[in-house]
Amino acid sequence: MNHLPLVSTRQAFGEELCELGKKIENIVVLNADLSVSTRTSFFAEAFPERFFNAGIAEQNMMGVAAGLSTTGFIPIVSTLAVFAAGRAYDQIRNTICHSALNVKIAGSHSGISMGEDGSSHQSIEDIALMRVIPGMTVLVPADGLETKRALRAAIEHEGPVYMRLGRPEVAAITHRKSSFTLGRAKILRNGNDATIVACGIMVFQALKAADVLKCRGINVRVINMHTVKPLDLEVLSEAAEQTGGIVTAEDHSVIGGLGSAVLEALAWVRTKLPVYQIGIRDTFGESGNPDDLMRKYGLSWENIAKAVEEILSVKGV
Amino acid sequence: MLNHPKEIVRDLEEKALLARQEIVRMTTNASSGHLGGSLSCVDLLVALYFHQLRHNPSDPSWPDRDRFILSKGHAAPALYAILALSGYFPKEELSTFRRMNSRLQGHPNNKKTPGVEISTGSLGQGLSGAVGMALGFKISGRENHVYALLGDGELNEGQIWEAAMFASHHEVVGITALVDRNHGQNDGRTEKVMSIESLIAKWMAFGWRVFEVNGHNMKDILDVLDRSMEDRNKPTVIIAETVKGKGVSFVEGNDAYHAKSLPKQKLDVALAELEGMRSAL
Repeated sequence: MNHLPLVSTRQAFGEELCELGKKIENIVVLNADLSVSTRTSFFAEAFPERFFNAGIAEQNMMGVAAGLSTTGFIPIVSTLAVFAAGRAYDQIRNTICHSALNVKIAGSHSGISMGEDGSSHQSIEDIALMRVIPGMTVLVPADGLETKRALRAAIEHEGPVYMRLGRPEVAAITHRKSSFTLGRAKILRNGNDATIVACGIMVFQALKAADVLKCRGINVRVINMHTVKPLDLEVLSEAAEQTGGIVTAEDHSVIGGLGSAVLEALAWVRTKLPVYQIGIRDTFGESGNPDDLMRKYGLSWENIAKAVEEILSVKGV
Repeated sequence: MLNHPKEIVRDLEEKALLARQEIVRMTTNASSGHLGGSLSCVDLLVALYFHQLRHNPSDPSWPDRDRFILSKGHAAPALYAILALSGYFPKEELSTFRRMNSRLQGHPNNKKTPGVEISTGSLGQGLSGAVGMALGFKISGRENHVYALLGDGELNEGQIWEAAMFASHHEVVGITALVDRNHGQNDGRTEKVMSIESLIAKWMAFGWRVFEVNGHNMKDILDVLDRSMEDRNKPTVIIAETVKGKGVSFVEGNDAYHAKSLPKQKLDVALAELEGMRSAL
């Protein structure tokens, strides 16, 4: 898979936003002094009259977006995930979601894979913070093409949406002919020995683990859970029934993120189901190269493969 | 400047009296609610809803309406009384305030109450929403005006000043903020809890045009609203000097009634006191 073209999800987001700006005239974009980092600079250059820099003031930016949405515009708000979901949490909860307003929030540089800036800027809690709010939709696209489709789906959806984006370049894994439906997970590999449920940057790692395991004779199902909320319960419960064991993988805390969402859902599906979570284990990150950090903090295909093998031993295979 | 006829002023003053009675009744009935800060902003709300705002109570989502945001959401009883008197919903519904299954929540909720534009309650957030609305009208070339009522205690919130900075930087002039300067907040006098003066200098430094008014003098309120619309080239704030609990002698200036209602045994005295003011109008 190493020959696949590389693009970051933030880059794809910025490019698609600019494309959609041409077709959808009531898109407006807000940003908090990070337009190059969030790639909203592309839109700003093309449509300066529909781009508003809020300065380093995320709380007000969320409120302004809320107000704009009540006057016929579709505001796309972008900043780093840690500032969107963390700093402006109360504004997202109380002004945007409590009013059920049509605001789209794109949190970039999510997870430990944002790298060198270190733990102050590594959002490992944003999925948890956003999915707990009633009425919020949470999307975590895995690559460039999926990001573009997710953005389109977010805009078509009436209501608040949080989109989680990343800084590192990721391999293209989304098939050009595949479709994207909000709330419908994608099964990327079929298999019945165990299931890996992943989102975002970890989908690539999940695929790599599945390929390696296949060489060892283990057939793993890989689910790309690009919509963490609402979770695709159908695909999930089917996987639980048919494969009998699940590994979740995310560049996020194991508390409150995709793994938690899966566990919450499966608590109703089947008892005695082995579930193993790959994620940040209740600790802050640190500065470093994204690849090194992901290895150090266990966000690797090797760890996923190991977890699958552990599940197989629990299952008694 | 328009000279507002006496009859119009008197009519509005009577509306304010009725609203105050409803607020006292509603909060006592609910055994909770923010009485002091609701009574202090009644005259401003009456002037807005019965004189200044373009709105249509029988069509709350009329696109050409002006917008009003109650940023100090805890003054919901005042807003509900005014909305009921305007005809957004039946006056009888006020007795359901803060009860389960009611459309009248403890703090304003746009998904439940007709006439509420955006949900508020967490302080400091309403001005940003109002500025966003005014920005939307500006970039789409529409004439709708946006009003936001802020508490003085609420000005402790940093987000208010983020919004103030944003509005002047992006030249959002179709916004009028009104500050209910009643000098009280949850823990006591604003001067004691957190000093916010010099308010005029602060707003001016953030690029806003500032007006002052006695927030209980209806004629002055109408005048200042008129003046605030003339030669508008900046976002505008009206600082209204008010009295917490205005209208009921033993609630006036009494911070014990910030987040409290009158006990049942004091209700009749309060209502009678308010009724007694009718003859003085």
